[in-house]
Amino acid sequence: MIPLSWYLIFSAALFCIGLFGVLARKNSIAILVGVELMLNAVNINLLAFWSYLYSNSQSGLVFVAIVFASAAAEVSVGLALIISAYRRRNTVTANDLDLLKG
Amino acid sequence: MTVLQIIFLLAAAITLGSAVMVVSSRRMMHVALWLVLTLFGVAILFALLEIRFFVVVQVLIYIGAIAILIIFAVMLTRHSLEDVGPHFNRGWWIAILACFATFSGLVAVLSSWSKFQTIIRTIPAGGEDILSLGKAFIDPAGYVIPFEVASVLLLAALIGAIFVASERKEGKR
Repeated sequence: MIPLSWYLIFSAALFCIGLFGVLARKNSIAILVGVELMLNAVNINLLAFWSYLYSNSQSGLVFVAIVFASAAAEVSVGLALIISAYRRRNTVTANDLDLLKG
Repeated sequence: MTVLQIIFLLAAAITLGSAVMVVSSRRMMHVALWLVLTLFGVAILFALLEIRFFVVVQVLIYIGAIAILIIFAVMLTRHSLEDVGPHFNRGWWIAILACFATFSGLVAVLSSWSKFQTIIRTIPAGGEDILSLGKAFIDPAGYVIPFEVASVLLLAALIGAIFVASERKEGKR
């Protein structure tokens, strides 16, 4: 059998890779992809905890479904914003989107 | 080492390797395609947890919808910074340090937890009970409020996405 610790270490590693993508990439689509990796790590964590410790209730599965819904909402709004910004500024580099910079 | 453990290690190695390729590839189309492989690896891990419903949801929503949406966005914003200049910003080594610090902190906190090495699952044989999950979603004593809030959030996000991305005529708001 697979111990719970393997899932937790794996999802911590996936979360940190996604965090690196968010912190270090210049392209704003790549930043959104990093957020998707982090949300996937969260889902693995939630489902592993549910499956090993708390499967007598449905709360873990409900939480994962809501994470899926908010991930879909986040990516649709984020990509719409990026396409709109690209149309006006002709760039998707996060450094160049500095209209609100003081 | 059992067969399940070997499958887990293979799937985890493929997923982590392609996740590294996702954050390090230069071309955005390659990023999107590596992302698809990463999401498939995560679906395999869901299958190893015997949660079949979310395997299907992962493949349908993440690979079928979100990855395709990202590929469309990449194609609509092409030729912007494909091969010119660095694709990491100046503080990338600080980002690497922050990631290693986060990872070691998470592992340190988790390994001090008494249930970290749990092997026995409480999940019933044959996977999760989809019928009771569906009933819990629409049960007033269960999770009907979070379910409705999530659906309103999704509706608002989709309407907002259409409004933000739609092309407007100049001078006419």
